Amino acid sequence: MSYTVDTQGYYGPFGGAYIPEMLYHNIETLRRNYLDIMQEPAFQEQFRSLLKDYVGRPSPLYLAERLSAAYGCQIYLKREDLNHTGAHKINNTVGQILLAQRLGKTRIIAETGAGQHGVATATVCALMGIQCIVYMGEVDIKRQAPNVARMKMLGAEVRPATSGSKTLKDATNEAIRDWINNPEDTHYIIGSVVGPHPYPDMVARFQSVISEEVQWQLKEKTGRDHPDIIIACVGGGSNAAGIYYHYLDRPDVRLVAVEAAGLGIHSGESAATSVLGSAGIIHGSKTLLMQTEDGQIIEPYSISAGLDYPGIGPMHAHLIKSGRAEAISITDEEALKAAYHLTRIEGIIPALESAHAFAALDQLAYREGDVIVINLSGRGDKDLETYIKHLPDHE
Amino acid sequence: MNRLDRLFQEKKQEILNIYFTAGYPGLGDTVKIIRHLADAGVDLVEIGIPYSDPLADGPTIQASSEKALANGMTLDLLFQQVKEARQHTDIPFILMGYFNPVLQYGEDRFFRACVHAGVDGLIIPDMPLHEYEQVYREKLKHHGLKISFLITPQTPEDRIRKIDDLSNGFIYMVSSSSITGAKTAIQASQLEYFRRVQAMHLKHPRLIGFGISNYETFNTACHYAAGAIVGSAFIKQLGQGANVPMEQQIHQFVQHIKNPVEA
Repeated sequence: MSYTVDTQGYYGPFGGAYIPEMLYHNIETLRRNYLDIMQEPAFQEQFRSLLKDYVGRPSPLYLAERLSAAYGCQIYLKREDLNHTGAHKINNTVGQILLAQRLGKTRIIAETGAGQHGVATATVCALMGIQCIVYMGEVDIKRQAPNVARMKMLGAEVRPATSGSKTLKDATNEAIRDWINNPEDTHYIIGSVVGPHPYPDMVARFQSVISEEVQWQLKEKTGRDHPDIIIACVGGGSNAAGIYYHYLDRPDVRLVAVEAAGLGIHSGESAATSVLGSAGIIHGSKTLLMQTEDGQIIEPYSISAGLDYPGIGPMHAHLIKSGRAEAISITDEEALKAAYHLTRIEGIIPALESAHAFAALDQLAYREGDVIVINLSGRGDKDLETYIKHLPDHE
Repeated sequence: MNRLDRLFQEKKQEILNIYFTAGYPGLGDTVKIIRHLADAGVDLVEIGIPYSDPLADGPTIQASSEKALANGMTLDLLFQQVKEARQHTDIPFILMGYFNPVLQYGEDRFFRACVHAGVDGLIIPDMPLHEYEQVYREKLKHHGLKISFLITPQTPEDRIRKIDDLSNGFIYMVSSSSITGAKTAIQASQLEYFRRVQAMHLKHPRLIGFGISNYETFNTACHYAAGAIVGSAFIKQLGQGANVPMEQQIHQFVQHIKNPVEA
């Protein structure tokens, strides 16, 4: 079985492009051109050079010794938090801005949840001198104030999404509507492996640099190019897609997808899509999503704005449903606890999203001595307010 | 004979299609609205299935959807209401809805419910054309249901031809590159697009929608197509509430679109 996209844009039963005609022209143009553009030697050269000198890649693969000792295995952290702008999101925005330029686009739009993708998009737009508009849920604007300020300083316009739950789902709706209204000059930089084909594949390819590096970094450190287990948090799933990518067809590598359980899977306040979701269409893609019997999309909840999404990328839906990946759900409380644990034991403050991946260590079955790679997808500066608010509980 | 086929056979121009969201403004208003629209001389009605995430719709229709869902609208109730409305009028009914609620209801169950309720045609804007061709074309034919696909100023000619070949309802011409309710006047570039498509002499009649909000825009659209679709402007009218009874409100609205001089 192949876990990458097929020629029709599907991952098993998931994927495709379920879009109104108003988006057809832009999506079709992208579909026809993305692989050719990405494979151009000049594109690759520019992309690689920016990743190296601007983003600061390769990001380190760090053996977390005290964390390893605590769990009785070898835990390596893929330090995407050390990238320029503080998360893995920039890998994709560098790629897409170069692609947008080649498509002749002069205006960029993006959606953002935690603000990491918004910052990463505003950053590459500043770098290239291109107009940037970021849609962000009103709720997220409040809980991720530092990132909003960064986007503004970078020259982006942050437009609040005020419909629905006023979070990532609604910001995505607004960005799509903007694209419908501005089809000629605008490119939509989607931040995750979601949306209509070819977005999930395109974003996964740009993020695949993560697992490409893990292969040789791990070989240097351990003598073998693959871990026993890879753990990543999944909202839409772009950091997970990136760190799984080169291991998708290696069945001896366990892939663990960590979702946000919010206040608890069955609390009614959750974002654990693989447990609570069923097949349907969200943002132009057939995938697993949280919905009512009548097919209305349910507003999710997580303390983490980046995981607060009612769907998952179609690749992840396929990986989980086919049994290739294991899904674990982590509550707000467990994520906060893991964030404090990592901070106190390794001196690294993780993003709340990434903290969910660390909390999975407590639920995971593994053998002593297993080599585990955790994608530390972002740093926690943006979440300090939330962390400080919960500090007393963990002292 | 399918009521849509009959309409397009009998009437070749100035067809007025009015869209509204089922369950808005009140949960039980669907039947009343359809009756009043039919009495006011509307040629067909497009009944919107409220959806939590209507990607192609502007703030007016979004808000009406949200309200309708908050009112408690469900597909089962919608079919009941449409069936009741069917007792009162013989004008064609189109159901417009996003694909996800159709999939969750079950496509075959949905099509059967449509027929049972007296629905004549469907618009499902995010149903991919190839999926229709491979999976749904035969099913819809079997149920005697018509389907209309959208075209936009950016739809290339070969795709318009393909849509014309595959569809069996009318061609829904989206008047500009926009979500619903975004524009109020028709620009020169839009006329160029209207003329271009008119000159293609398609097999199916064309109705122009998006940005048709008053007599001027309706009249302009009718010069280039068999008629036009009014949505957001009507919803706005309904939302303004009742200083006058709904019946009077709807009659006045329709009259203003069709012929303000006589109104």
